Amino acid sequence: MSTAPFNYTRPKTLDEALALLTAHGGNAKLLAGGHSLIPAMKLRLAQPKMLLDITRLEALRRIEERDGRLVIGALATHAEIAANRTVASRCPLLAEVAASIGDLQVRNRGTIGGSIVHADPAADWPAAILALDAELEIAGRMRRRMEAAGDFFMDIFETSVEPDEILCEIRVPVPAGPGAYVKTAQKASGFALCGVAAVVDAKARRVRVAVTGVAAVPYRATGVEEALAGKPLTAETIAAAARHAAADITPLGDIHASAEYRAHLAEVNTTLALQRAAAR
Amino acid sequence: MSTTTGEKIGYVGRAMKRVEDPRLVKGIATYVDDLRLPGMLHAVFVRSPHAHARVKRIRTDAARAAGGVVGVFTGAEVNAQCGTIPCASSFPDLKSPKHTVLAGDRAYFVGHPVAVVVAATPYAAADAAELVDVDYEPLPVVTDPEKALEAGSPLTHPDLGTNAAFTWNLTGGDIDAAFAKADRVIRQRMYHQRLTPMPIEPRGCVASYQPGEGTLTLWTSTQIPHLIRTLLPGMIGIAENKLRVVAPEVGGGFGAKLNLYAEEALCSHLAMRLGAPVKWIEGRRENAAATIHGRDQVGDYEVAVSKDGRILGLRNRTIADLGSYLQLLTPAIPTLTGLVVTGAYKIPAVRMDVVGVYTNKMSTDAYRGAGRPEATYLIERLVDLVAAELGLDPVEVRRRNFPAPEEFPFNTATGLTFDSGNYEGALRKAQQLARWDELVARRTSRRRAGALFGIGVSTYVEICAMGPSKAMAAGGWEWGCVRIEISGKVTVITGVTPHGQGQETTFAQIVADRLGVPIEDIVVLHGDTSVAHYGRDTYGSRGTAVCGSAIVMCVDRILEKARRLAAALLDARPEQVEFADGAFAVKGSGGKRLGWTELAGEAYIAKNLPRGFEPGLEASAFFEPENFTFPFGTHICAVEVNRDTGDVTIVQYVAVDDCGNQINPLLVEGQVQGGIAHSIGQALFERTVYDEHGQLLTGEFMDYPMPRAEDIPDYVLGSTVTPSPVNPLGVKGVGEAGTIGATPAIANAVMDALRPLGVTHLDLPLAPEKLWRAIRQGHKE
Amino acid sequence: MGVPVRIHVNGALHQHDVEPRVLLVEYLRDVCGLTGTHVGCESSLCGACTVLIDGQAVKSCTIFAVQAEGRAVTTIEGLAQEGRLHPVQEAFWERHALQCGYCTPGMIMTAVQLLKDHPQPTRAEIAHGLKGNLCRCTGYTHIIDAVEHAAGSRQGAA
Repeated sequence: MSTAPFNYTRPKTLDEALALLTAHGGNAKLLAGGHSLIPAMKLRLAQPKMLLDITRLEALRRIEERDGRLVIGALATHAEIAANRTVASRCPLLAEVAASIGDLQVRNRGTIGGSIVHADPAADWPAAILALDAELEIAGRMRRRMEAAGDFFMDIFETSVEPDEILCEIRVPVPAGPGAYVKTAQKASGFALCGVAAVVDAKARRVRVAVTGVAAVPYRATGVEEALAGKPLTAETIAAAARHAAADITPLGDIHASAEYRAHLAEVNTTLALQRAAAR
Repeated sequence: MSTTTGEKIGYVGRAMKRVEDPRLVKGIATYVDDLRLPGMLHAVFVRSPHAHARVKRIRTDAARAAGGVVGVFTGAEVNAQCGTIPCASSFPDLKSPKHTVLAGDRAYFVGHPVAVVVAATPYAAADAAELVDVDYEPLPVVTDPEKALEAGSPLTHPDLGTNAAFTWNLTGGDIDAAFAKADRVIRQRMYHQRLTPMPIEPRGCVASYQPGEGTLTLWTSTQIPHLIRTLLPGMIGIAENKLRVVAPEVGGGFGAKLNLYAEEALCSHLAMRLGAPVKWIEGRRENAAATIHGRDQVGDYEVAVSKDGRILGLRNRTIADLGSYLQLLTPAIPTLTGLVVTGAYKIPAVRMDVVGVYTNKMSTDAYRGAGRPEATYLIERLVDLVAAELGLDPVEVRRRNFPAPEEFPFNTATGLTFDSGNYEGALRKAQQLARWDELVARRTSRRRAGALFGIGVSTYVEICAMGPSKAMAAGGWEWGCVRIEISGKVTVITGVTPHGQGQETTFAQIVADRLGVPIEDIVVLHGDTSVAHYGRDTYGSRGTAVCGSAIVMCVDRILEKARRLAAALLDARPEQVEFADGAFAVKGSGGKRLGWTELAGEAYIAKNLPRGFEPGLEASAFFEPENFTFPFGTHICAVEVNRDTGDVTIVQYVAVDDCGNQINPLLVEGQVQGGIAHSIGQALFERTVYDEHGQLLTGEFMDYPMPRAEDIPDYVLGSTVTPSPVNPLGVKGVGEAGTIGATPAIANAVMDALRPLGVTHLDLPLAPEKLWRAIRQGHKE
Repeated sequence: MGVPVRIHVNGALHQHDVEPRVLLVEYLRDVCGLTGTHVGCESSLCGACTVLIDGQAVKSCTIFAVQAEGRAVTTIEGLAQEGRLHPVQEAFWERHALQCGYCTPGMIMTAVQLLKDHPQPTRAEIAHGLKGNLCRCTGYTHIIDAVEHAAGSRQGAA
């Protein structure tokens, strides 16, 4: 099963990549880990005329702490994030999510930026990005802009990144409060039927809860967050709040899980994620 | 029987690592996709995206004009020259559609090949395939086999006038009397889901024609090179003795490669037509759509029982979803279910009605277990339902219905004769290994703690070593050949085609012991019809029992001949000569010993042979089994079901399998473990899904869940040994046992876990959402 | 249209002009003639095509050969040194961790990285580490045994 033919180039800088992206209009695609794009190309669902291989733009691969933010380059692989010491100490939730993705080989190759921009509704990262209130730095030819995670995911396979823009960094305020990610995997693909990331902000007496896999667009479970605002986290308060985990959304249904079951998993996994986060 | 090395500890019975492994672990074995022939062309198929459609017009000009393209062919251009895909089963009244290699004016399932592109590279072929423009007119689709039998249903094959391919029934004993005198009748409808075999190597073939010799060689990833050599010549117009079929290294079969497929026939035809080798390698999506599926039977089952739990009779009507065409054994699978439906029990009366139904899906056929997993599942579920209904211990109900060891050979109401068995012995051993009383106590305490904990037992019997020729469509014998080479090395040739079963090792073990030679001196050849001239190949757990027996016959013949030669060379009479440790000597003489090197030298150089003695030291043999073999065993499974999610955790698993004598216990263990893994998939999550439009929703690994390493529990495996009396090795077969015995044990365990909630039966697979719904319903009630 | 590509494969430098759409697995099999790396699916879920790039296990069906420019690739054929099987290969043989052998090269390559990262893994860690590799024959138990065995033998050798 081969892809349609295409041209390939490896821009040396971000600016060059942005220039090429603009020059080729909609015909060019960025190639990072390739774990979403290449399978789609093999099915010829995607037939870009030009691939811009940006995997060697080392500037987009760094993981570092900067100005109270943990900054993850968009090209950092899941494996790199899972194993990174700064991540482990400043925002272990990110490491937990990274380690839950796919399998060893996929984590070695797949990138956080590629996953986020692909915006598969069953991807793991969006839950963490939302629950951590991350900001995303997006570069265009003329400007760089910051986008709040909450404004980033627009629809299935659609984000606020324009075709001539490149996601550069994911910035997470640190130290992040204790968090946890609880995922029910689709048995065949390993993607999330339901993944819930929860973060406890003890100072603010607030929690942040985000859910992926359940709706067309990953979402913050605001009903859960409001129900727990200012309250102690006990088994009872958590269980009561978790009932709102799939309120106000339209759950997806398919052969792997009905809408009803996905909504139920949102409640179950929200409960577990909050319990675990609270215990950390 | 013949002389053997006697009591001395030999290779047979030892857990030995495999002879075939070094090439496989080094990555230097040759699978079909590894073949590269000069001038080789590549075929890519254009397949129907519709489950049922009229093929109005196919435009191929753009594809023909594309770079690298050698040819584009539609049904109109090849079907007349390629004959039809064969089915080995024949019933009186079997309605069979004409199964051409490419679709004619209709496509009958998603994935049905409608055209083929042949090009210089696989890339060019794939690019050109995109340019083939097929104009389809969608037609009404048949997906539900039960509705397909209703009046007014659309027809899968309108020309047949019905969706029913056949009706078949089997009766034994007085079924009406059994139900009339029953204290209780238990009824359950059960659906056995459709499954996709998914060997990790998809199918593929390379066909190459040698015009000088007029011979065709077909390398194909198949379990049945010999059957293909029998069936293909008539299809494509080549003489059988001009066709060589080679199964190179084959990356898993599980029944999926027990077929002659359209692609194999068409690539063979095209290689002859184009005068160049043609290669086709199946993609995974093609494999999911257009390689056979398994199971897919639904039925209403009724058992008549006495109040003490004795089963008096079993009757049912099974509807088998055949898919759109008859592949090689399609109709034979549900009927095999009927033959073994009584399981390991003395059930005096049976009536089984099977209706085979055409639908717009891929054909069903033999998938690991092939008919027996269906039978075992339904009888084992029914026994548990009987026990529940009567308030009896399910293990006790099983015991009460077992034939006793002294009742073997045991005749079933379905007309089979079980060769040997000790069902109670396997059950007892499994209970010991499971520490049964502790396990039951654990269930009590876990339930008290609020957990959904269940124990399931399956006491299965299955049918192997296929089989007596009178019961098989194309001969059930097996062929082997053993040759002592002039150097004294030993070549063994088998008519079966192992593809993971390890017979290069087990057959070498058998021969090494009997000839008294080191196993390193033996080479076992298989899978090439120009080397292994005859064979009926590998399926139905038959290799060791049937071909191993043929090889024993060969060894016996060689020993007999060698004894005569040795006697002549030692100036003795044959009966004065004894054979031990690989050499012949005059009994009690302590004198000269003639080993295989000396004897082979004499036999081939042939200067000192007795008058009339035929040179050479080689024997071939056909072994005709007098009966099938009937392996059996007990599997015990304990599970815990998560109340919140329906997730199942297997917390304990014990299997005791009796496959008769074991040639290599390590390989037996491997077969059992692999088989149980298939069962875990089938019991808990695997299913092939078509939607109401006949679209395949499980068309790749993204959507068809299979067990991964983390899904496998720790097993406790044991065995009992009840030799089979129907072959000289006393072996029964073990390739499918795990897949047959384990599914019902797991299903019974899950159902037992849910019993306190009032749940009595759920159909497979017992996936989390289904269990969660049942739990929720149970809580409401 | 070919793009020049230089890849170190099993220690030897390979230089070819390669069409960009050629997958790494196709490059290894068709260009380098190393057919031990297998293809079982198109969706990077079976792991039969696993090779190491700079020591990291990756699925070579989901990487274009051009992306491996300048990298060091190790395939199953490159594991045995001087005719001696790698300890993981040896362990797979010893513990009957393969039947048809088709998934085996990918399984072994993954296990090699797994043992590099976790020299003394538990059975659960092994099973988790092999999550990206499907085997339809063995039922995995003997594979886990083999990886455990390889870990033990390496420890013994150290």
